Amino acid sequence: MATQAMQAPVQLTISPRLAKNIRRNVKERIIELILMMAALVAVATTFAIVGVLLYESLSFFKTVSVIEFFTDTQWTPLFEDAHYGIMPLVSGTLTTSAIALAVAVPIGTISAIFLSEFASHKTREIIKPILELLVGVPTVVFGYFALFFVTPLLQSIYPDLPSFNMLGAGIVMGIMIIPYIASMSEDAMRAVPMSMREGSYAMGATRFQTAIKVVTPAAISGIVAAYILAISRAVGETMVVAIAAGQQPNLTFNPLDSAATITAYIVQVAMGDLPHGSIGYQSIFAAGLVLMAMTLSFNIFGHWVRKKYRESY
Amino acid sequence: MEHKASVLENLADVRAMIKRHKRNDTLFATLGLICLMLGLMTLMLLFWQLIADGHPKFNLDFLTEFPSRRAGRAGLLSAWVGSLLVMSVTFLTAVPIGVAAGLYLEEYAPKNWFTDLIEINVSNLAGVPSIIYGLLALGLFVYMLDFGQSILTAGLTLGLLILPIVIVSTREAIRAIPVSIREAAYGVGATKWQVVYDHVFKYSYGGILTGIIIGMARALGETAPIITIGALTFIAFLPPSPITTEPPFLNFEWLSSGFTVMPIQMFNWLSRPDHAFHVNAAATGALIIVVTLLMNGAAIWLRYKIRKNIKW
Repeated sequence: MATQAMQAPVQLTISPRLAKNIRRNVKERIIELILMMAALVAVATTFAIVGVLLYESLSFFKTVSVIEFFTDTQWTPLFEDAHYGIMPLVSGTLTTSAIALAVAVPIGTISAIFLSEFASHKTREIIKPILELLVGVPTVVFGYFALFFVTPLLQSIYPDLPSFNMLGAGIVMGIMIIPYIASMSEDAMRAVPMSMREGSYAMGATRFQTAIKVVTPAAISGIVAAYILAISRAVGETMVVAIAAGQQPNLTFNPLDSAATITAYIVQVAMGDLPHGSIGYQSIFAAGLVLMAMTLSFNIFGHWVRKKYRESY
Repeated sequence: MEHKASVLENLADVRAMIKRHKRNDTLFATLGLICLMLGLMTLMLLFWQLIADGHPKFNLDFLTEFPSRRAGRAGLLSAWVGSLLVMSVTFLTAVPIGVAAGLYLEEYAPKNWFTDLIEINVSNLAGVPSIIYGLLALGLFVYMLDFGQSILTAGLTLGLLILPIVIVSTREAIRAIPVSIREAAYGVGATKWQVVYDHVFKYSYGGILTGIIIGMARALGETAPIITIGALTFIAFLPPSPITTEPPFLNFEWLSSGFTVMPIQMFNWLSRPDHAFHVNAAATGALIIVVTLLMNGAAIWLRYKIRKNIKW
């Protein structure tokens, strides 16, 4: 009885208003925590990706030495006579990406210069959404285009071209990344202050001269960053090369050959029914680790270039 | 500039130079326009090619038949139902998490190394190739968590894939809301969450929706990660229906069901040597492209409208 009597007045000292305040604060804290957990999913995803790739690759490198992995010139993990040299896949990846870049860099850059320096406001308002639509086209559809339109077209020029070849796949991949380069480079050029252009015009320069000699050099860090990020995109692109470049690992840099890329190999293995834990299963994670290392370094390099060499006005 | 001053004394030469420079200007403008049109023309050519190749299959039977060994009878039923179910899982994961993460980063996050870490992660994830998400799903969802090659696995994978898109667009939409709106709400005694939910979130709703639509369109066309988790390509059944006639009217068995989606079905058909299947692939491609273009078009239109209507 005595303890109860003691407790009652203590509880009364918390006024209803204060209690409401406390409840409110607790609720606010809980909401903030929930929101933070959602943001942490991004961090968790990164760790999970790196973790899964490393974990499965480690089992792979217990069987295959790292030296063999980087020096062997054959990649035949699924054959009786198994070789584990990643280089044929890397050569395929680099060749298709180089073709894509050769297509996308000139066309993308010229488009960006046109959009930023020549096009009227109205033209820009119409064309930019169309470029965005082009970005949204699923890659598997571009694969169909490469296999059944571009390759037959190329075959009418080079009759010896195999129906799976890196040239056709690379060209289509290039078309795919044009909007990417164009819109990022255009952003960089538009960030160049108007006063620099006006200075150039006042000296009697034409729009072409201003674009090439004033705006492009001033925006070069952003433009180069766009190229580097585009390389990363080309290296990681999957469906076009899996459909149109061929499935046979082939250590060659000849665009007229058929060759598998890292991504095409992963698709090829995943389509089959490999038992979990087999060396073939582990090999796609090792290949994925190499792919991740390549794209990540390009991404970091691209962002670094943009930050480091950005001219600030 | 190479011209020496003595040459410039001649007025005719100056005129010629100006003319030449102006011609270069026009030439380059034409070249630029051609380069830009190349993108548009490719899109049209691609679309025309798909329609030309796939038009024999443009009928309702194509949507109501299961895949078949015979190309003429094969249809998309299991694929579009699969796409729809996978998309719904993707929507339910990516949207709440993405929007919440965007709200946190923009409104709550303190300026410290921890927030920087989250931001670096988000921008890096946007650059990770989609097939890597497939490997993550294969290792984590399929085997470690034992979800199997199911609709749940595919939906979660695509959800993680479009998470950066949703987060970034949420943040951009929120950033457009002026500080004065927040201050006004605080001024009348609102708590942080009341400000964030009732004002910031509700006013940026359109912008967030734009990002969600673009993300969902991306997920719909994404093929590589779903192949990597080992989705079957020949599915001649439908997953159990999510809605039942008996209480509790909801059924979650479909989550663990095997499935196929439209891009996978298209990939399967176009990898076959028999040309008859390529017709099916083209028709599927046309359908995918129409749906994704409509979604992206809607998003772009929405953004345009928002930009035009709201002047803070």
